[in-house]
Amino acid sequence: MLVIQDLTKQYGQITAVDHLDLVVNKGEFFGLLGPNGAGKTTTIRMISTLTPLTSGQIAVAGQTVNRNLTEVKRKIGVVPQHNNLESEMTAWENLELHGRLYHMPKKSRRERIDELLEFTGLVERAHDLARTFSGGMKRKLMIARALMHQPELLLLDEPTVGLDPAVRRKMWDLLRNLSQGGLTVLLTTHYIEEAEILCQRVGLMNGGRLVELDTPARLIKKVGKVVVEYFERGETKGVLFETREEALALAAKLAGSVKIRSSNLEDVFLQLTNRRVGE
Amino acid sequence: MGLAAIMWQEYVYFKRKFWSITLGSMISPVLYLIAFGWGLGGGMHGGGGDYINFIIPGIVGLTTMTASFSAIGNSINISRLYEKTFEEFMVAPLNMWVYAIGKVVAGAFRGLYSGWLIILLALVFRTKIDIHPYFVLMMVLNCLTFSAIGFTVGILIKSHADMAKFSNFIITPMAFLCGTFFPLAKMPFLLKNLIWLLPLTQTSLGLRSRGENIWNRTMHPLILVLYFGLVLVLGVHYCKKAE
Repeated sequence: MLVIQDLTKQYGQITAVDHLDLVVNKGEFFGLLGPNGAGKTTTIRMISTLTPLTSGQIAVAGQTVNRNLTEVKRKIGVVPQHNNLESEMTAWENLELHGRLYHMPKKSRRERIDELLEFTGLVERAHDLARTFSGGMKRKLMIARALMHQPELLLLDEPTVGLDPAVRRKMWDLLRNLSQGGLTVLLTTHYIEEAEILCQRVGLMNGGRLVELDTPARLIKKVGKVVVEYFERGETKGVLFETREEALALAAKLAGSVKIRSSNLEDVFLQLTNRRVGE
Repeated sequence: MGLAAIMWQEYVYFKRKFWSITLGSMISPVLYLIAFGWGLGGGMHGGGGDYINFIIPGIVGLTTMTASFSAIGNSINISRLYEKTFEEFMVAPLNMWVYAIGKVVAGAFRGLYSGWLIILLALVFRTKIDIHPYFVLMMVLNCLTFSAIGFTVGILIKSHADMAKFSNFIITPMAFLCGTFFPLAKMPFLLKNLIWLLPLTQTSLGLRSRGENIWNRTMHPLILVLYFGLVLVLGVHYCKKAE
């Protein structure tokens, strides 16, 4: 569905994305994970045609992506990191405008609006101005808007950033329902749990490069399933082990507060890049 | 379809902000009419008749200029730099020419709406205003030209402050110097010829052109069309590259 070949983006001397190669399969929920400045958002912006490429190529469903090629744009739905709703328009009007911009016939446009307002639970607020919505409702409306024209590829750039934990969990349910419908989704996030719960495969980005690519389970297995966490010389340290027995053996030798837990993607990331994901 | 979408969006905004747009469009012209009509105008003459009758076309020109320029310039600049709604149009399967024309036409409509409000107000002030097809043509071209300028400036500027700078250094001087409040003939030779080239001057001259020769009456709209075309091409060029 999405094929990225040798993609590079440079801003002067700074390389935001460095020779990225990536294939996302049809119907897959794929996550790009990385710290701030890893190049995730730049990648999403290049796929959505908002940022020109320095070199390389992006193809969606076999068609090269370019701002001036309108056909390929119909296949992509974009939910950017920041709120970009028309704040002085109602939820219904925001969706109507999107449907019109994507040349949807009136009947299917109106049916789709009803369907998406129902799906996102915004029926009651359909005729309220977008600026009166809470952060979670705005996100839901942005997702509904991106789905309006029934894209083949949905780009979600940190869709739950800034939301409280309860709303974030509700958003995950909504996103899971999307992937069950067979839509291809590319998600960027720095919430490890989000990637673990939602994504079938994860690409770890750091410094504009893809440093690892696999399923969350296999990535965790690669670095070790069990972590021994302890506090030493003013910082928390973690050591990864294949088995619980090996972890217990180390824990027995350590003094002070020691915690044994299952490893997660955060540990994988830390192991591979020496950086925490949110940094 | 894309053009219709943009026009529909502008219509929704206009409907929602009808009173603030209407009242906002009337404030400056009413002040001009009071100052130059009741205040200074009573005992003054200009352009071969009552001063108030002379300045009405000038006020129509400057009001349609500022209304068209601000409506589209501010909308694009806020959409690009503040609300980021510009991105929604960039990712949509919309040709940038269609986007630009939609926005420019919508801006021109806002200018025309303000222009007709002034004409109605002028009638309240019992001024003589000669409205004929050529007058309307000049109003439409003025609105399109300044709407296109607003579009291009909105695309090119890098901060909200730049918009104010452009207004202060370009739009405001034009509002006062381009034959709006006094005839160009009173200007020094070099300045007069320089100002003659500006689009608002062509509008002011065109709106007052009854009795002018055919050459001049052809030149005014042609120069405005030239400005409109050049600025629009420039705007679309940068719109295609905007990030």
